[in-house]
Amino acid sequence: MKTVITSSGENNSAQFDKRFGRAAWFCVFDEETKESIFVKNTNTNANNGAGTKAAERIVDMNVQKVISGDFGPKAKDLLDKFNVQMVIVQDNDVTVQEIIEKLKA
Amino acid sequence: MSYKIAIASGKGGTGKTTVSVNLFKRLNERQGTKVQLVDCDVEEPNDIIFFCDAEVIDVQEVSQKVPEIDSEKCTFCRKCVEYCEFNAIVVLPTVSFAEINPTLCHSCGACSVACEDDAIIKYYKPIGAIHYYKTKENNGLAEGKLEIGSTMQTKLIRELKKKISDQNDIIIYDAPPGTSCPVVETIHDSDYLILVAEPTLFGLHDLKLMVALVREIGLEFGVVINKVGLGDNDIYEYLVNEHIELLGEIPFSKEYASLYAEGEITGEIPETIHQSYTEILDTLNLKMMHHEGNHHFKW
Repeated sequence: MKTVITSSGENNSAQFDKRFGRAAWFCVFDEETKESIFVKNTNTNANNGAGTKAAERIVDMNVQKVISGDFGPKAKDLLDKFNVQMVIVQDNDVTVQEIIEKLKA
Repeated sequence: MSYKIAIASGKGGTGKTTVSVNLFKRLNERQGTKVQLVDCDVEEPNDIIFFCDAEVIDVQEVSQKVPEIDSEKCTFCRKCVEYCEFNAIVVLPTVSFAEINPTLCHSCGACSVACEDDAIIKYYKPIGAIHYYKTKENNGLAEGKLEIGSTMQTKLIRELKKKISDQNDIIIYDAPPGTSCPVVETIHDSDYLILVAEPTLFGLHDLKLMVALVREIGLEFGVVINKVGLGDNDIYEYLVNEHIELLGEIPFSKEYASLYAEGEITGEIPETIHQSYTEILDTLNLKMMHHEGNHHFKW
């Protein structure tokens, strides 16, 4: 199962990005292989629809779970439609690695 | 040809509506001049509040074309997604999913141009209405009223302005607050722009934004300072330094504010305020007379 964690940087030690549609990177963590790859979000500066585009990307990558700070209504509708689980983490000071550790546990 | 006067401000609550309605009613005192007031603040049109005997004479619905994707015909090529400037289209080939989000769509039509499979269907969605009122004074009032939830202010303003007869001698556009697209749509083709400002820190800040905008568009404009006596004098210094014409000043008056709250902004108003409008009107008269095409005016 694949999980996306919104990240402010390109590696596991980067800070978790609480924004969903405008997160800098998406960390795609594979729970079977325990490996993570980083995908750049190309819509961080979009005028409109950043959340929608992020949700489209998530579904396209066949991800089942997303961890972010919050989800806007349009992104939420789309993720719901494809049964992607949304997990809200409100910690400001947490790295991607720390979230991955919790997933492994 | 009508002489078009737009009233805008940048900051909200400086007195656009007060100045618009006052000018409209005062221009009525000039015999034979046809004036129409157009409330372009479509999110919250409130000029009508000050015309207690106005009668609705017509209501016209305004719609936008909204596209939808026919997933039977769609080949999920994603060309429309690339064309869409507003990120309104989601196409997921792997799950044969294609959808346009109507709240993000600006009805530009690019997706129809992009689609080679004839999969874009259009339907009409109401965005608001144009209300026409007969008023005791002049050629009446027209206003745009945006549908709750719609984000198509600019389009509604454009449609509203198109409907206003060019047979008027003068058209007054009461603009929405701010400096964004709906304001640009309201003011861009005006012959003269009145910026209503207040002598406060926020008032000056937003006036500067507005001046930058109107200089970019290239409009002739002047400033009316409302609520004089509040705040400080920085705004005067700014106007002098920028060589901006001060059309008039309206003193701050608690008495006038209470009259306003009762819906009375033009009748029994304090003499000083009445006098301010007389001065503004005199200046406006000169502007209109110097305007090319002024031979239409019957002064």
